[in-house]
Amino acid sequence: MLTYVIRRLLFAIPTLLLISMVIFLIVDLAPGSPGSQIPLTIPPDVREKMLDAMGVNDPMLVRYLLWLKQVFIVEPAYVLDGWFGTNLADGAPRILSWKSRAPVFDVIGERIPQTLTVIGTAYLLAIVIAVPIGVYSAYRQYSWFDQLGTFIALVGYSVPTFFTGLLVIVIFSINLQWFPSVYDTTLQVTDWQSFVKQIKQMAMPVGVLALFNAAEISRFTRASMLENLGQDYVRTARAKGMGERTVVLKHVLRNSMIPVVTVIALGLPTVFGGAIITETVFSINGIGSAVINAIQSNDLPMLQTLTFLFAVLIVLFNLIADVLYGILDPRIRYD
Amino acid sequence: MTDAIAKPASLWREVWAQFREHKGALAAIFVLGALVLFAVIGPLVWRIDPNFIESDAVKLFKSRNLGSSWAHPMGTDQLGRDQMARMMVGGRISLAVGIVAMSVAILVGGTVGVLAGYFRRLDGILMRLTDMFLALPLLPLLLLMMFLFAPKVTAVIGARLGVFLLIVLAIGLTSWMQTARIVRGEVLALKEREFILAARSIGTPSRRIILRHILPNVLSPVMVSATLGVAAAIITESVLSFLGVGFPPDFPTWGRLLNDAYGEMQQHPLRVIWPGIAISLTVLSVNYIGDGLRDALDPRIRGR
Amino acid sequence: MTLKSALLSAVAVLALAPAAFAERGTDGELKLTFPQAVSILNPYLSGGTKDIYAASMIIEPLASFDDTGKIYARLVTEIPSVENGGISEDLTTITWKIIPGLKWSDGTPFTAADVVFTANYCMDPAGGCAQLSKFDGIASVEAVDDMTVKVTFTAPKSNPFNAFVGSQSPIIQAAQFAACTGAAAPTCTDQNNGPVGTGPFRVTGFSVDDTVQMEANPEYRDPAKPAFATAVIKGAADAMASARAVMETGEFDYAWNTQIPPDAQAAMTAAGKGQFVVAFGTLVERIEINLTDPSPDLPEGMRSTAAHPHPILSDIAVRTALSMAIDRQVLTDIGYGAGGTPTCNLVPAPAIYASDNTGCIAQDMEGAKAMLEAAGWVDSDGDGVRDKDGKPLAILYQTTVNPIRQDFQALIKGWWTELGVAVELKVIDPGVFFGGDAGSPDTFQKFYADVEMYANNFDGTDPEVYLANYTCDKAPKPESQWQGENINRFCEPAYDALIAELSASRDEAARAEIAKKLNDMMTKDSMTMLPLVHRGTLSAHSNTLGGVAINAWDTELWNVADWFRVK
Repeated sequence: MLTYVIRRLLFAIPTLLLISMVIFLIVDLAPGSPGSQIPLTIPPDVREKMLDAMGVNDPMLVRYLLWLKQVFIVEPAYVLDGWFGTNLADGAPRILSWKSRAPVFDVIGERIPQTLTVIGTAYLLAIVIAVPIGVYSAYRQYSWFDQLGTFIALVGYSVPTFFTGLLVIVIFSINLQWFPSVYDTTLQVTDWQSFVKQIKQMAMPVGVLALFNAAEISRFTRASMLENLGQDYVRTARAKGMGERTVVLKHVLRNSMIPVVTVIALGLPTVFGGAIITETVFSINGIGSAVINAIQSNDLPMLQTLTFLFAVLIVLFNLIADVLYGILDPRIRYD
Repeated sequence: MTDAIAKPASLWREVWAQFREHKGALAAIFVLGALVLFAVIGPLVWRIDPNFIESDAVKLFKSRNLGSSWAHPMGTDQLGRDQMARMMVGGRISLAVGIVAMSVAILVGGTVGVLAGYFRRLDGILMRLTDMFLALPLLPLLLLMMFLFAPKVTAVIGARLGVFLLIVLAIGLTSWMQTARIVRGEVLALKEREFILAARSIGTPSRRIILRHILPNVLSPVMVSATLGVAAAIITESVLSFLGVGFPPDFPTWGRLLNDAYGEMQQHPLRVIWPGIAISLTVLSVNYIGDGLRDALDPRIRGR
Repeated sequence: MTLKSALLSAVAVLALAPAAFAERGTDGELKLTFPQAVSILNPYLSGGTKDIYAASMIIEPLASFDDTGKIYARLVTEIPSVENGGISEDLTTITWKIIPGLKWSDGTPFTAADVVFTANYCMDPAGGCAQLSKFDGIASVEAVDDMTVKVTFTAPKSNPFNAFVGSQSPIIQAAQFAACTGAAAPTCTDQNNGPVGTGPFRVTGFSVDDTVQMEANPEYRDPAKPAFATAVIKGAADAMASARAVMETGEFDYAWNTQIPPDAQAAMTAAGKGQFVVAFGTLVERIEINLTDPSPDLPEGMRSTAAHPHPILSDIAVRTALSMAIDRQVLTDIGYGAGGTPTCNLVPAPAIYASDNTGCIAQDMEGAKAMLEAAGWVDSDGDGVRDKDGKPLAILYQTTVNPIRQDFQALIKGWWTELGVAVELKVIDPGVFFGGDAGSPDTFQKFYADVEMYANNFDGTDPEVYLANYTCDKAPKPESQWQGENINRFCEPAYDALIAELSASRDEAARAEIAKKLNDMMTKDSMTMLPLVHRGTLSAHSNTLGGVAINAWDTELWNVADWFRVK
């Protein structure tokens, strides 16, 4: 297994390079230009000069190579300088956003805490809710509990989060006035009172997102449990006189976890990547809203960097999922 | 003819018999059929132009944002257009996009997943490809696909069909990765099970093992992916319209109706409720049909 | 806004007006929300209105425009004029006298050197300054002494109030930005996101594309102001969300640019927490007509160029009929409510420049049909679409993705269909439409459609530059990478001649006459563009916020120092 992991990690480097190139091509070739952010009252010659100063008009290859250098050499150097007080970077230009002109990595650093608290909590909550529901739904297939769970999960998944987000705002912010509709990112949790405030402002986005994710995870858990509950080994185990609890929770659940692990591994990068719509609806300045901002304003350096980091996470989490398969089912071998 | 020996029932007859046992699935077929009829036959019966707007200003203002009535069973929208006619026309596109895009995704995802899980040599390359597709930024990718191919495709097969084909393909080709990863995970575990080993040891060719033993056993996660995929495709279509790369603006779809109306759901809740119900019903019925199908195709259950 | 709530809030303001005389920092926190978050606080690196407005609370120009469009002194003792000797007789120099004792928020004195630095900062060719056109025609900016700045122009300037006037060109501190000139400008993140200023507030925290946190500037020149101790600007999801946060949940005091549908405006006003205010500047939603042929059958490089006149829209009868068939009042009522008025003018304001051209407001469908009949456009093959010489009246109508514009498209398509015109609709992502990328077929400059709809305006109060956009040489064409503002490809020697006359003229009344004539040439005389709605900026403020005086000629936050809490 260890050699497999090492081989995969080594293989990840060319994969990620290729991905970064493809992303760059797509983002660059997609129609649209950062010039759309400049008001029409600014004359064309001034616009052109602004775009030149941003580096928008440099050849694509030049920009790509510069970006590679900045991501792999300059930015790590700045990080090291920050830790050890060295001067490795020597004032080399950092990756600057075209829209805000701020260093892209500073913006990301500023936004990750919000995304991790809100989206991370939502995802954890979703897993904690969804797996037991899925297991019990499968165990009591077609019971009223299962039917209700199915109904809520599917309605929850088929109604988009921009809609549920607004719905809870109308109910809880406007009518009941329980929770704020705009997330205050400047809030510092220092005492009980500010903690309560933080919980209040997290309640709606976390709830909306948890519903959506729980719907998905519970469906996969249920399906996979059903598949395994009908297997011969379950009958054997029961025939041997094993307790029902042991059969279901130890044998069936463990064998059913592979698709669930896959879905969760696919979902975890989105915890870091943020949930674009939820973050926008509640004005949370997380990574997701940075992504949509960058798309709308054709902010290539920001979008390219964010997407690339996202790709790193995807590759990493899929590797973790593969390792987990081997632990869940020791018969799976990769070498 | 003697009745003493029952006619050997064909496999499909048995499947159907089992399927009928599933009340939810039967009801779902009925509901989905009704939705399809509503969208396909509806406009032939309900002959109001979905884009008709009163040209007289006084009449126009009287016809806006109406509730349900005999003249407009689902009310009217912000420009006085008949909501039922719009739901019918919108249903054609949304149902087609949802189901076709989902089929593309399942087909591609299933194939990639089975091949990667079963053949170790293909695993590395196919899964890295999957990683890449997962990593690509969806919206710019869709924008780029539309930008590059829309003029050419529409020139060949006409604007409406061209846009439809592109949207379906674009959504399908950007949503197969999850299915592929899930199927692969299942296949990895399945192919080490005793019954596969047994089949292989008696020299069953790979193609047969996959078709007879592997595929039926990965059916249930695929069904879940399919169900969720329909919902995702309908919503993605509305996002595309919202970004100006979907259908022309005078072409309603359920997703777009929802998108247009949600900002004003406090003032005019009906305008959100109808498309919301339609999308949810579609997804629910696809799910129950999937449940029924899985039960019906599972020999262990069928034999019970 | 209902009459009742208007009266109530008026009573509230009157009754509590004395609160305005409170001391600095006694009214707690001022909370503002913008539909798009602030990206940067340096207007020279961003053309974005949201950034300019946010920065206007912190850094100030020498002079500004008030809510009536009149110029007033901010950092100078008086507005220079020929009479007071501030402007030379030949109109080639202008001299500004800075208020003595003025201090930056870090306590250091504000001097003429800062003003000179600001000019050099923006005019640096490598800097990519967004406000460069404000400094057009400047030969030199020099500090006569510590308190006096003299600007010399290369030629007589009839309107010298561009540089250092208005929130687009505020003064930045030389000491802070010294290392940030030229190519280094965008790399100075700390400076760009936390400029030292002279305004009523100073920055205490900035998170990119999210929140600006401020506190009262201890060095502000009026010791009693601002009334608020701290202020915050938060970006919201969209106009609806920011309007809601002020009008329904009451979380915020002021929301800028809350362009929402009229019935939502009414419902929110009814909630009784706040009110909408509107200011009409020069923004006009219009349909631009392509006078050249955009047909995809033409080879690339020939489409939408002057070499190929438009086969049907070259006929003025068609253009006029298209305009007559539109009911602009209906469009306004459905799309903008209190936030708009129907208009027939390219230049709808200021009042002295606005032509009395109202002929297009009343819809005349029968007249439009008759006009087409008379011009020979009849439905000869019975398919419901008029044609002439084998050319059907079929047009492609494009605009950006925007719910109000899509409603307008649907309504106008309805009217034009009734008129006997076949209309195909198209929507484009604004990032592409306004992106100006020469490689994309969907930019508004390239105009590969027959008509297109968007809004445009001009800065400040003088329309000369704006009207000069329609001279022959400004037409976008392949040779100029499709850059240019004359997107109709309108070309009339008489118009070009009048523009030259306008820029030579100095007398305000004469200028106004010429401007009106130019406006009429583009609209009612040639029907090259069909103005639809004169749009205002709709903003919302809480009933507990006093002192708001909405301003269309400069930043809406121009008098934020005077705002106070109604208690």
